[in-house]
Amino acid sequence: MRTRKKILRTALALAVGTIFIAPSQIWCMDASDAPESVTIDLMAELYGPVEFDHLMHTDVASCQDCHHQTTGGEVTDPSCARCHRGTDEGDSVGCSECHVTDRFNATNVKALEDPQLYHFDKPGLKGAYHINCIGCHKTVDGPTGCQDCHTMTDAGEKMFSTGKHAPAKGTSSSGHH
Amino acid sequence: MNKLLNRRNFLKGGLATTAAAAVLKNSDTQAAGHFDGYPDSMGVLVDLTRCVGCRSCEAACNKEQQLPEPAKPYDDFSVFDEMHHGQKRRTDETRYTVVNRYDVPEIDHPLFRKIQCNHCAEPACLTSCFVNAYTKTPEGAVIYNPKVCVGCRNCMIACPFYIPTFKFSHAFTPRIMKCIFCYDTRLKDGKAPACVEACPQEALTFGKRTEVLEMGKQRIRMTPGKYVNHVYGEHEVGGTAWMYLSSVPFDKVGLDTHLPNEPIIYSVKDFLAMVPMVLTIWPGLFVGFHLLATRKDKIKELEDAKNKKNDEKEEQV
Ligand code: SF4
Ligand code: SF4
Repeated sequence: MRTRKKILRTALALAVGTIFIAPSQIWCMDASDAPESVTIDLMAELYGPVEFDHLMHTDVASCQDCHHQTTGGEVTDPSCARCHRGTDEGDSVGCSECHVTDRFNATNVKALEDPQLYHFDKPGLKGAYHINCIGCHKTVDGPTGCQDCHTMTDAGEKMFSTGKHAPAKGTSSSGHH
Repeated sequence: MNKLLNRRNFLKGGLATTAAAAVLKNSDTQAAGHFDGYPDSMGVLVDLTRCVGCRSCEAACNKEQQLPEPAKPYDDFSVFDEMHHGQKRRTDETRYTVVNRYDVPEIDHPLFRKIQCNHCAEPACLTSCFVNAYTKTPEGAVIYNPKVCVGCRNCMIACPFYIPTFKFSHAFTPRIMKCIFCYDTRLKDGKAPACVEACPQEALTFGKRTEVLEMGKQRIRMTPGKYVNHVYGEHEVGGTAWMYLSSVPFDKVGLDTHLPNEPIIYSVKDFLAMVPMVLTIWPGLFVGFHLLATRKDKIKELEDAKNKKNDEKEEQV
């Protein structure tokens, strides 16, 4: 996760810089601070890592479209602001800072029983990515097939009984539908 | 109620004597009244607005349950156009789950729904099985013991969702085949089933049944207009562990909207009263279940006809 470190470093530099300018204000990122590309390797077993063209997406979407409330800016959504105004959550930028990688493991599922937990239906990381990406791609006619973004690994082809592991008589399609 | 739900040792000892005992248990439990389901049962909320029809769940199930190689690869989406006797794909002995596409004229994109056993709180398959091959586990899974099964197919007919199927690989060893909620390999250790883990969209949300039900209600409340105001499976046939959220009426995505809110066992109570005679009236048993099945279809036909009439009326207005 080299890129993530880069973001953090930028964030740190910005944060330090801001302290001198406006000590009481929360620092804020904009599109020019953004990394050009982000490697997402969450499902690396079945699919190779995705090189996400972050720069291109800053042209077609606003930061908040994906980094809802978490680009380090002042929390604006009134219902979020009730709790998150001026708190650390407003400073977190990376998706995985809130969205966990293994949402349905026994520990995470058990944690939901806490009656005080407010965000008890928060998507896991894989869900957050896909719901967000595919959700938007559907509305702007972007790519939505699995293999439009992902390249299957051999393990993936095995799982999906496709490619080298396709059934004898079967036909494979490109992943579009 | 545990008696009703865990009757696996049925065939221990002589068949006839145990049969008599089990039959008595049956009448006991009927008198005991309504069972609200195990409090710690796990469940899955299926959000049809999230499903994109990628079939990852089907692929994951096939590998997890070591089922035979599919006829077509899982990234082949021509399966959505397959029709068998005028029906969309169904679960069978080679696939415990299938995803089907539903084209709903009112909306501009197709919808997809994953089909599998819904793991009823009071399963009709279990109550209809007189050799007690089925067990409802406290974790919520409806599992079965293939060794006990005699292949009578009662469960197949009793299931309101048409789920159990049979493998007759050997004439004398029929085997029930259906989704078991990955009980053996995952659920009993607190792990989510393979399909849930594979779903990229989190269209399948796993958790305690009470929690995922709450999530469903919250999604309906927090996004007004997005969903039909009902969590399918909260009450249907006495409640199911797998429940559904949809943006269109549930019958448009192939779910039966005419099921009673009571477990199927109540509507067959009169019939079950005959169970003590089961060993002497074998043929009657089958006739009974046949009647039951045809009644199920009859009710549906009538309702469908009624709905059609209503629809027509609405159109005229
Ligand atoms: S859906 Fe059918 S097979 Fe599954 S538990 Fe309910 S009655 Fe039994
Ligand atoms: S894996 Fe999820 S999104 Fe894909 S078809 Fe199955 S339920 Fe739908």
